[in-house]
Amino acid sequence: MAERIVEHPILGVQEKGRKVSFFFDGKEYEGFEGEPIAAALKANDVMIHRYTKKEHKPRGIFCAIGRCTDCVMIVNGVPNVRTCITALEEGMVVKTQYGVSEKPFEEQ
Amino acid sequence: MNSVNDRSRDIGPFVPGPDDDMLICRCEEITKGEIRKAVHEGMWTMTEIRRYLRTGMGLCQGQTCSKLVKGIVARELGISPGELEPATSRVPMRPIEMRIFANEAKEVGDHE
Amino acid sequence: MKRFDLIIVGAGPSGLSAAIEAAKRGLDVVVFDENEKPGGQLFKQIHKFFGSKEHRAKVRGFVIGEQLLKEADEAGVKVVLNATVIGLYQDKEVVVKIGEEISHYKGDSIIIATGAAENMVTFPGWTLPGVIGAGAAQTMMNLHGVLPGKKVLMLGSGNVGLVVSFQLLQCGCEVVALVDAAPRVGGYGVHAAKVARTGVPFFLSHTIVKAEGDEAVSGVTIAEVDDKFQFIPGTEKHFDVDTICLAVGLSPMSQLLKMAGAKMEDNPRRGGQVPICDEYGRTSIEGVFVAGDVSGIEEASSAMIEGRMAGIVAAEYLGYIEKEELDSKLKELDCALDGLRQGMFAPSNRGKAIEKTEEGIDISTNLLKKGYIADDEIERFPGITHRKGIHPVIECTQNIPCNPCQDACPKKCISIGENITSLPIVLQDCDCINCGMCVASCSGQAIFLVDEDCGDGTATVTLPYEFLPIPAEGTKGIALGRDGNKVCEATVVSVKTAKAFDKTNLLTMRIPKEYAMSARFFKAEEA
Repeated sequence: MAERIVEHPILGVQEKGRKVSFFFDGKEYEGFEGEPIAAALKANDVMIHRYTKKEHKPRGIFCAIGRCTDCVMIVNGVPNVRTCITALEEGMVVKTQYGVSEKPFEEQ
Repeated sequence: MNSVNDRSRDIGPFVPGPDDDMLICRCEEITKGEIRKAVHEGMWTMTEIRRYLRTGMGLCQGQTCSKLVKGIVARELGISPGELEPATSRVPMRPIEMRIFANEAKEVGDHE
Repeated sequence: MKRFDLIIVGAGPSGLSAAIEAAKRGLDVVVFDENEKPGGQLFKQIHKFFGSKEHRAKVRGFVIGEQLLKEADEAGVKVVLNATVIGLYQDKEVVVKIGEEISHYKGDSIIIATGAAENMVTFPGWTLPGVIGAGAAQTMMNLHGVLPGKKVLMLGSGNVGLVVSFQLLQCGCEVVALVDAAPRVGGYGVHAAKVARTGVPFFLSHTIVKAEGDEAVSGVTIAEVDDKFQFIPGTEKHFDVDTICLAVGLSPMSQLLKMAGAKMEDNPRRGGQVPICDEYGRTSIEGVFVAGDVSGIEEASSAMIEGRMAGIVAAEYLGYIEKEELDSKLKELDCALDGLRQGMFAPSNRGKAIEKTEEGIDISTNLLKKGYIADDEIERFPGITHRKGIHPVIECTQNIPCNPCQDACPKKCISIGENITSLPIVLQDCDCINCGMCVASCSGQAIFLVDEDCGDGTATVTLPYEFLPIPAEGTKGIALGRDGNKVCEATVVSVKTAKAFDKTNLLTMRIPKEYAMSARFFKAEEA
């Protein structure tokens, strides 16, 4: 997890939840329980959360506080889940969202 | 009546611009060119633009683009953005699933 | 439908402050907030706040957040989290989504304290993953402990852009450039200076031409703009970056008020669509009040005072206090708010190009164009004095409402006086004991302790240092000037930490004495 801040000059060592594993597009990753799914993905260098419906363009984190809805993904089978404000749980199944589907456009 | 509602005013023809393909509404994927064209097609208020193009009607409910759209429409009409009434605010302010929207709490105050 | 005396929407600095004042006066108060945690944006603010003691100056934002929550708890305020207010009707009926249910509440009075949303700008590639809001960067690094990126370009030189750039540097990110289409730095000069001295170049009158990359940001091109904000051909500059951060202002989130039927106006000086209200937050609807950024973009410090005002006004509206108590309390708060609304950056000065300080000194043009004060400009400011032995050098050159340095010095060497916006002066006959309290207390990190001549051809400079790792005694490196360029070799003499410094370490470096007035930062590596 190269992108994690281990020690911060002002905030010190930040308290984290239990280490859990989750799945992103079928592959197993590690994150901390209770942190936003988007934070766990970012720490694993995942940038693309979805591809848009009309233009099929990639999108990722934009506002990080649940307003812009750009970071939505398919979480445990539910589409349009705002990953920046949804807490990570053990064994969660997170998938890239294509339009509103988990199937890539060519299979839709 | 302000200048926005004065439909007899001539705003000239639609002139294509070099950045017409710039995406403005991120949710509904509406471009600057589409918004500018809509003004020339007679959509002179934020509410009309919204209903015509769906700008600001996506998941984020205009959180990101409403100020941008307003600026583009105002420029096209040759007025200041302050003269444009924002689109109607209505419930729900945030995206919400219909099953939740319809799910009235039976015992209000359970949450405290 | 459940009834409350007062329903507050938003548990940020203003909403919580309002709740505290109202609950203390006996009102049955509930605060709804859509977020998982209370405090609004305060918990992302890790810098020390400006102002005076009554504004909790030199306390870091997140600590103020903790204090507010404790106060709210003690006052018996009910804060309901993950509670999204989705509607507000004319008869003060509030519709809230809590969990998977919709609930209706009736408030005898309502305070809307929903704050603001970030503005955005468009450029080709602005939807690429890696283009993020400055708020997103703060959220990721300061709340979730994840780096927003490794190489970042910041667009926006207002206080948000400057403060977030510094926070990115504190996390170990590289900030490749700070860019703004405006010809002058928008935020406090001291915030700009602490970023510039670490080596971040400022590009004013520049903006983004395009973000590059197929699936995510891999680079960015900026170019200079003319006074009509049109690109000047041939001025393009490219940077390899993985992140582009946008800090281009805030807009009030006032939609709920419009929905309720409050009279609104488009007021550019307040940041956009705002309810028409009096100075205490009374809107056109009786019993509906506003506080904080929703009624005009300002700082968290003023939002807290506005919140307190609205809470007290609501208490009087419902008859919980007499008119006399209201008036006397408002008078006190008026005073505190006036204190914050003075100086060059006061709301009444927004958009004005101020060229002289209140003292009649020319403002540094380099500070406004490049983010740092040039060596030939610094001497004209009253915080710069020279004498034998260790003494404070205060590089505070704009009139902002802030005075902790005056109280920090146990020897009373520093004076601001009655007027909180005056530039600090160093008294000539004082006896500096090198305690460093002034350096640590300066929210703008603009105070240095300098011994211009140690007698052996060297000088020492003590500077505020909020980075990791903390260099060990004897570490050799380079001293950077105010512009972030190398001025000379430097050796770390000591790094002092103390509880009273509140995480601002005091790094003392030894340098050749001719650089005593130009070396202002230490970098632990060879050039």
